[in-house]
Amino acid sequence: MNNQTKLVPTPGQTVGPFYGYALPFDKDNELLAPGSPGSIRLQGTVYDGAGHTIPDAILEIWQPDAEGNVVQKTGSLVRDGYTFTGWGRGAVGNSGVFTFTTVNPGPTSPGSAPFISVAIFARGLTNRLFTRIYLPEDTEALANDPLLSSLDPERRKTLIARRDADGGLTWDVRLQGEGETVFLDFQ
Amino acid sequence: MPEETNAQLDTDESVPPAEPKAAHMPLDRAIETQADLSAEINALGEAYARALKEGSPAETQPRLDYPPYRSSILRHPTKSLHHADPETIELYSPAFGHQDVHALESDLTIQHNGEPQGERIIVAGRVLDGDGRPVAGQLVEIWQANSSGRYIHKRDQHPAPIDPNFTGIGRCITGPDGSYRFTTIKPGAYPWKNHLNAWRPAHIHFSLFGTEFTQRIITQMYFPGDQLFPLDPIYQTIVDQDARDRLVATYDHSLTEPEWALGYNWDIVLTGPKRTWTENEALGAAGDEE
Repeated sequence: MNNQTKLVPTPGQTVGPFYGYALPFDKDNELLAPGSPGSIRLQGTVYDGAGHTIPDAILEIWQPDAEGNVVQKTGSLVRDGYTFTGWGRGAVGNSGVFTFTTVNPGPTSPGSAPFISVAIFARGLTNRLFTRIYLPEDTEALANDPLLSSLDPERRKTLIARRDADGGLTWDVRLQGEGETVFLDFQ
Repeated sequence: MPEETNAQLDTDESVPPAEPKAAHMPLDRAIETQADLSAEINALGEAYARALKEGSPAETQPRLDYPPYRSSILRHPTKSLHHADPETIELYSPAFGHQDVHALESDLTIQHNGEPQGERIIVAGRVLDGDGRPVAGQLVEIWQANSSGRYIHKRDQHPAPIDPNFTGIGRCITGPDGSYRFTTIKPGAYPWKNHLNAWRPAHIHFSLFGTEFTQRIITQMYFPGDQLFPLDPIYQTIVDQDARDRLVATYDHSLTEPEWALGYNWDIVLTGPKRTWTENEALGAAGDEE
């Protein structure tokens, strides 16, 4: 294979309005069983530029396990209830709220800021958006994080989840306007 | 399982309920016609052509901000995407395997007791990364309308018949050479409410994973020669003709099976990769039954 050859990527398109019978599957948003040791709820709301909640968005999360290991195990679509695969999919409900059951991701190297990688799809969104959800606790790691430290403080906040009283995480998505979430370009 | 919502939404992509034809005319809203929309689409296309001529780089992805697709107006970020170098987890992708997907899920014509209506087709191709390397052992998901342009979704109220023998969902895991193959029914065009007399060209939704999470895309595959292409604000969110063409399958007689089905070929190229590969990763999640 000629390593010089670069192919042009295929364009994305909107997920449209009718993914609801196709993409969701049983326990899609349960990276581990609710109530199991170490499990937390990750929840949030998706808003449009008018501040209205969006009832037709679907999110995917991809994260290391609690020890910071990148998991490479199959079984995300047919969950056995025991294997943590690190990936989940969750559509929002009528009120724009999504929920996942997962674990706090660990740092993938000593001192790095743990985060969850996110892909967002919605009707009206012409291509998927990527972003990150950082855990709020390790402020020193957050301050040293290469991505966060390249953002001004107002924008940086949009990538850091709030810790709920029950130990869960809340993180909202604002597609447009005031408090617009930072979305990432990896190219 | 997340609900299939049938709540009243301010959606512009649901279509009128099944009623006598006279009731289909939207009487209580400003009527934007196809001519109005085509004028907007053409103006954006001409501005892009001028920019290209003046040396702007070709655009290869859809515009997030594309006003003719009305529901994008409040749903596109207004700040430019923030460049980031992918780190750790982003340089890997979730692993899927034969535990996740049954081999029969790639045939959308055998999911019920009877044969679905419509033109049976084979859609096959390869998933490649930007270096031309096959994406092996990865998940491909598709969904589509039936032959009359109707989705099995409560919010699709298009008064075209539901086919009791066709759901329109398929999955497969790519082979070692990145290949995928589905047997299905050619979907019909369907109306939506972006503007008066708006029709989507026939398409199949494709959901794809690469070897890195940053390669994740969802897109739509179209059929060659569709007369609705210039009229469709979603297809036209990609302003570059070469880029749009990358979403159109090719009729391929070598995929056509005698007295059975017509064949279409469509290869998909993902972005990247960013990570330096080791030799055995090229095998994909082959060890999924460990």
